[in-house]
Amino acid sequence: MDLQTIWFILIAVLWIGYFVLDGFDLGVGMLLPVIGKDDLRRRVMINSIATVWDGNEVWLLVAGGATFAAFPLWYATMFSGYYLALFLVLFGLILRGVAFEYRGKRDSVSWRKRWDMAIVVGSALPALLFGVAFGNVVGGSPIEPLATSNQPDLAGQLNYSGNLLDLLNPFALLMGVMTLTVFMAHGAIFLALKTSGEVREASRKAALRIGLVAAVAAVGALLWYQAYSGNVAFTLPLALLAAVAWLAALGLTLKGRDGWAFVFSSATILLAVTTLFVGLFPNVMVSSIDTAYNLTITNASSQQYTLTVMTIVAVIMTPIVLLYQGWTYWVFRKRISTSMIPPQPDAGRADDRFASAGR
Amino acid sequence: MEALDLARWQFGITTVYHFLFVPLTLGTVWLVAGFQTAYYRTGKLKYLQLTKFFGKLFLINFAMGVVTGIVQEFQFGMNWSEYSRFVGDVFGAPLAMEGLLAFFLESTFLGLWIFGWDRLPKKLHLATIWLAAAGTMLSAYFILAANAFMQHPVGFEIDPETGRAVLNDIGAVLFQNTAYIAFFHTIAASFLVSGAGVAGVAAWKVMKNKQVDVFRPAIKVGAWTILVSAVFVSVSGDMDMKVMVEQQPMKVAAAEAIYETQDQAPFSVLSIGDVSGDEATDVIAIPGLLSWLATGDFNAPVQGINDLQQQYLEEYPQYGPDMNYVPYVPVTYWGFRLMIGLGMIAALYALWVLWAFRGGRTPRSRFASIASASIVLFPLLGISAGWIFTEMGRQPWIVFGEQITADGVSPLVGAGEVWLTMIGFTLVYAVLAVIEVGLLLKYIKAGAPEVVVEDPYAEAKKDDDKQLYFAY
Ligand code: HDD
Ligand code: HEM
Ligand code: HEM
Repeated sequence: MDLQTIWFILIAVLWIGYFVLDGFDLGVGMLLPVIGKDDLRRRVMINSIATVWDGNEVWLLVAGGATFAAFPLWYATMFSGYYLALFLVLFGLILRGVAFEYRGKRDSVSWRKRWDMAIVVGSALPALLFGVAFGNVVGGSPIEPLATSNQPDLAGQLNYSGNLLDLLNPFALLMGVMTLTVFMAHGAIFLALKTSGEVREASRKAALRIGLVAAVAAVGALLWYQAYSGNVAFTLPLALLAAVAWLAALGLTLKGRDGWAFVFSSATILLAVTTLFVGLFPNVMVSSIDTAYNLTITNASSQQYTLTVMTIVAVIMTPIVLLYQGWTYWVFRKRISTSMIPPQPDAGRADDRFASAGR
Repeated sequence: MEALDLARWQFGITTVYHFLFVPLTLGTVWLVAGFQTAYYRTGKLKYLQLTKFFGKLFLINFAMGVVTGIVQEFQFGMNWSEYSRFVGDVFGAPLAMEGLLAFFLESTFLGLWIFGWDRLPKKLHLATIWLAAAGTMLSAYFILAANAFMQHPVGFEIDPETGRAVLNDIGAVLFQNTAYIAFFHTIAASFLVSGAGVAGVAAWKVMKNKQVDVFRPAIKVGAWTILVSAVFVSVSGDMDMKVMVEQQPMKVAAAEAIYETQDQAPFSVLSIGDVSGDEATDVIAIPGLLSWLATGDFNAPVQGINDLQQQYLEEYPQYGPDMNYVPYVPVTYWGFRLMIGLGMIAALYALWVLWAFRGGRTPRSRFASIASASIVLFPLLGISAGWIFTEMGRQPWIVFGEQITADGVSPLVGAGEVWLTMIGFTLVYAVLAVIEVGLLLKYIKAGAPEVVVEDPYAEAKKDDDKQLYFAY
């Protein structure tokens, strides 16, 4: 297999890692108003992901960095092209990131309400827009060569010539609804696994209800995708498999087998992302203007030397990262319930009392 | 304004903002690790209290560093797509490595540190903060190596067919002296900032008579951190200067506003009037010092702006006879002086604080407490001035000698779009700045927590349904 193909696969793996992992914590964020009826429940939800969300988000950063290194022309075209959409994603991630850390730091209802809002919006924007973005990558968006360039040598480079509204086409929007609802249900399934008591019950109910909506959106999007897919012989079975895994996840939730339910909802996401990437191969961005303008693994990639160096780094580091990330999940494996949340929202700390009269 | 100028403003604003939190992170994480180690070894509760107190401030700051960093990761593609196409093959590699080697390490182990007090045995818990600290160093190294490539591109060739830079020696990119020195200098300066933060806060608490036995030792820790880093900052800055003379002589000339090549070049300490003219009016100048700083020889010639401009016009005919190779001199000249001056004010403060608090004494003047409360701002502005000088002194190049900034900008991103995102980021950043400063002040006022449970891990093991020791 040539290095370009290997890197195409590695980047798919990074996105799978990102969507499986950050997928559930984006989902938990969006579920705050659904499951978190009172502050205590919301704190259970937040604490169930607090230990891992930052590490999960790094999968996105590495997917971005790896695209830059392995397919610089893909990185350049996609992020300059989807400019405003990416801005909204970043905006969401900023709000949400500080919200987790700052929410408990003042003992005031309105303060916490505002940060809850930040978490919901900051989780929903990326969840929706990643789907929309992928819809445009795989379904095609207006990409064409630029006649002239400031840097004369680079004339003829493929650029995105549309605008924000071009991104919001029906197929892409349906993809966005798919990621939004799937992540929500995936988050609820995760919560059922990580919590006990009332929150767990509420989560299972939410998982089933939202899971059905997600099933409709996902089946619709993945079937529609077959019209764009370059390898229907593979993508159709994969998509069907994804649907089966999703139904299994919902069935297992109904039975109270939380662990297996989570395994299957993760498998669904894995299969769905694989479907997208398999149908895309060997393109990395499809042009809706002319297939001659597609960015492919050959015309967008770095040279062999860079790919070799990066392969060595990735082969050594990825298992190590998986090992210690896995270990964190093990350390914090305990289910959380409302009775385990310490009362002091200010310090958040059960046993330390902030000292002086400063408060 | 055109899209190009806006893109430059946007990059400047977001990067400088990111770098307000970064130096505090880089230094403070080690100081917190140090306090926790002191507690682990001596068992003295005051060290645990200091760990938690400064740890809390550190985390409030870290959160901002993380979210502003995410923006940075994607900005090259958003605003500088032609740059990304041109050097992605080379520049992307250290960036991807930073993610894989450093960001995972930092984020995972900090998560373990924050929530792991009752989940990990004491020793293992201590190890998590050290690993997180190691992660911050790796992160800084890789990103600085990437930046060093922009200052002094090595390890690549231009592909004649595509016109793109192609990596041919990763070792040269990661291990060139430009990168070593920038790392050495930036880390030393970051410790200077963190030391000032710790010393200033601790001195302020002691002057307010709050938890004096806890905070008094921290004054010394902070002050000595400042003094030691000030030495390292100067040593590395001097090395930096010598490398810069070879690699970017125009930046040296612009830093000093030297227009004509001269032997025994003086170092101008201050000047009045317009430094962007053909001649600056020095008020105080030390003869020969610049020659010495630049080369180690008081009599060596230092090239001037006008000669270098002429030289570059001949060297790079492709940009035409009207190209201006001179960076904006007022910024480089004053940036350089502010960097050194503001940083060294912190060193003076450290000397004063050690003297004023010697042998259990406590100064009581209003000036002393204002100085302590605000001292961290000086080196923080100094370190920003240093970066602004470095980056603007490289202009008009985005990659020195290989690509000019105007050629690196995204060709199809319009001024309207950049305006929108720039206003968006600036507003969010401004609001968050107010919130974060408010929180820092609140926790500084609240003081160090009283520690009730000394070994939460042992307690949690005894009683499985116990409340979490720490939760959001
Ligand atoms: C408080 C911070 C601080 C202080 C006191 C100093 N510096 Fe500095 N300086 C920085 C913070 C900084 C910085 C922000 O960290 C920079 C920007 C990029 C870098 O690597 O370091 C920098 C860059 C920088 C450069 C440009 C590097 C380049 O463009 O290649 C030079 C020549 C110096 N410094 C020299 C000095 C000297 C001779 C100093 C005093 C003795 C000094 N600096 C003190
Ligand atoms: C180490 C990683 C860094 C990289 C790779 C980097 C890269 C860049 C790039 C691509 C530009 C755009 C070109 C331009 O407008 O001049 C730029 C400009 C700029 N950067 Fe950096 N930078 C880095 C670090 C920093 C830091 C830490 C700061 C300050 C805190 C900084 C301050 C600036 C400023 C002020 C500009 C605008 C300069 C101008 O408009 O003339 N940079 N940098
Ligand atoms: C323009 C170039 C830069 C880019 C693309 C960049 C990227 C990032 C990203 C994506 C993060 C978040 C990581 C996380 O989620 O844990 C981050 C944080 C961080 N960055 Fe940067 N960064 C830049 C400049 C710098 C420089 C020059 C340094 C140090 C010298 C630095 C040091 C750090 C550190 C220590 C953190 C940890 C979080 C914190 O700041 O509190 N970065 N950076």
